[in-house]
Amino acid sequence: MTVADSVLLEARNVDKRFGGVRALQAVSLTIRTGEIYGLIGPNGAGKTTFFNVLTGLYAPDGGTLLFAGAALAASSPHTAAARGIARTFQNIRLFANMTALENVMVGCHVRTRAGVLGAVLRDRRTRGEEEAIRRRAEELLHYVGIADRAHDLARYLPYGDQRRLEIARALATGPRLLALDEPAAGMNGTEREALRVLIEGIRKDGTTVLLIEHDVKLVMGLCDRVAVLDHGARICEDVPAVVQKDARVIEAYLGPGENVHA
Amino acid sequence: MQRLLASLRRDRRAAMIASLVLGVVLAVLPFVVGGALGNSWLRVLDFALLYIMLALGLNIVVGFAGLLDLGYIAFYAVGAYLYALLASPHFGLHLPVWLIIPAGAVLAGIFGVLLGAPTLRLRGDYLAIVTLGFGEIIRIFLNNLNAPVNITNGPQGISGIDPIRMGGISLARPIDFLGITVPSLHAYYYLFLALALLIVFVSIRLEDSRIGRAWVAIREDEIAAKACGINTRNIKLLAFAMGASFGGVAGGLFAGFQAFVSPESFSLMESVMVLCMVVLGGMGHIPGVILGGILLTVLPEFFRHSAGPLQVTLFGKVLLDPEALRMLLFGLALIAVMLYRPAGLWPSGTRRRELGSDAA
Ligand SMILES: Nc1ncnc2c1ncn2[C@@H]1O[C@H](COP(=O)(O)OP(=O)(O)O)[C@@H](O)[C@H]1O
Ligand SMILES: [Mg+2]
Repeated sequence: MTVADSVLLEARNVDKRFGGVRALQAVSLTIRTGEIYGLIGPNGAGKTTFFNVLTGLYAPDGGTLLFAGAALAASSPHTAAARGIARTFQNIRLFANMTALENVMVGCHVRTRAGVLGAVLRDRRTRGEEEAIRRRAEELLHYVGIADRAHDLARYLPYGDQRRLEIARALATGPRLLALDEPAAGMNGTEREALRVLIEGIRKDGTTVLLIEHDVKLVMGLCDRVAVLDHGARICEDVPAVVQKDARVIEAYLGPGENVHA
Repeated sequence: MQRLLASLRRDRRAAMIASLVLGVVLAVLPFVVGGALGNSWLRVLDFALLYIMLALGLNIVVGFAGLLDLGYIAFYAVGAYLYALLASPHFGLHLPVWLIIPAGAVLAGIFGVLLGAPTLRLRGDYLAIVTLGFGEIIRIFLNNLNAPVNITNGPQGISGIDPIRMGGISLARPIDFLGITVPSLHAYYYLFLALALLIVFVSIRLEDSRIGRAWVAIREDEIAAKACGINTRNIKLLAFAMGASFGGVAGGLFAGFQAFVSPESFSLMESVMVLCMVVLGGMGHIPGVILGGILLTVLPEFFRHSAGPLQVTLFGKVLLDPEALRMLLFGLALIAVMLYRPAGLWPSGTRRRELGSDAA
């Protein structure tokens, strides 16, 4: 077994209900280390819910999640981050009244240690850590291409830059798996292309990517493998070429009776 | 780059001169105020310093972490009663101040955690109601813990509290210092000033730290903060504990200064007052909060002293009770600030924009 084939995340029969709504029904998927894995499906299919369960925001009603071989603790977002799962949000959630740089510095929280005493005394260890946090945050802003915005409040950034800032902040947590929830939403063609390059770069630099996206072209061009959710059930998991031709997928997207090949 | 360094160096010299001037002003302030306005204004000055400590403590909870707390004065009460019980004839204990004040900070911090723990899932209005209840519970306990065992002496309060002593010298009497006689109110002023400066220092250090950023992140978006790996439960409890400990310190000083404590001093109105200092000054912005503390201590006193005589000179008699007028003007001032400066008199935004403009 090569490194590329080793399993990073394995979801087994994950269930999640909201009252009568079965948002996830026995969803199983396997994400391998180093791949870009797409999660697609119509609106309301349960994609975001899967992210929320994965990152510990919701406790699943059934099933297990194995990350790097060990079970993920249910509903404990900060341990998920500590284990190496980072995410962005479909509706951007930045710290609006902090600068871009500070947003990314907050992302470093989970990999750093300074407490109240260190903050007050500012001993050599704390100063060194602060220095490292700042340098790392600056690097990451540069990496996602918004270094010139470092000292602007997050809420003053244009939409596309906010999406990038969210990615930088997620990367600051030092993730093994980066989960992006519709990162291209609201972007124009050029921005999408730049985003594609960024995501490919992130994978090349060693982080596995889980991508929710509506833009089928982007997903098919970028992802190594794709899973399709429909009404909370995983109806397909394969390489893009196969998924595109899957009858159930076509039906889920276009409704029964349509034929895309005609 | 060269220019940046030069301006930095210039800034540093300017900062040094500014702090030198400020230091001299703070050092001579009690003599000026005492000489020009008399002892009652010196007391106001001493209280302003206590309120600055309180406002900075509450600022950690409300301003940084964004957790509305309407029962904050309870921590002031904890510090004050701890001092009263450990240094007064009530139990016959007379422990030294350097022991009681830190103990008050720790005990208030523990009470902060006790308040914080059950409210972790609450936000906004709900949190306000629960913390309000907590503040009242503490006050009611203090009122009623005089039977069956008399601990707090109930509504009568505890009197005859030991004055603060430092190195065997009581601050309650004039002190001879290198041939200069320092009156009691001045001595308390310098002590309070030292502790207020310490609290300002701790606040500034905390704000610009990993912990401070985590507090602000929780205020800005709790879910995103969790996703960044912040243990929001612990970090919130830390905010409650830190904020409360400042209140505990101020409470201990208050008890030693007044030589008397009673539950009356820790009413809901006091909590509201401290909250107003934070909100009016500029939530989360340390200089703004200090300004709020000073204004809301000094202005009401000013009205109390001048409203009566002013009416007599203007109308020949007192038309409005100065106390009522004070509350009226206070209310109007609050409404005006909320309408015209919703972020407070001295919000932090300007600093950020300045930083942003000369970056790169
Ligand atoms: N917090 C929630 N409470 C109730 N229902 C929810 C909640 N989150 C998601 N749902 C429901 O679960 C289903 C899946 O939603 P979601 O995961 O957001 O879909 P997607 O991201 O694929 O568009 C939808 O029917 C949605 O209404
Ligand atoms: Mg979604």
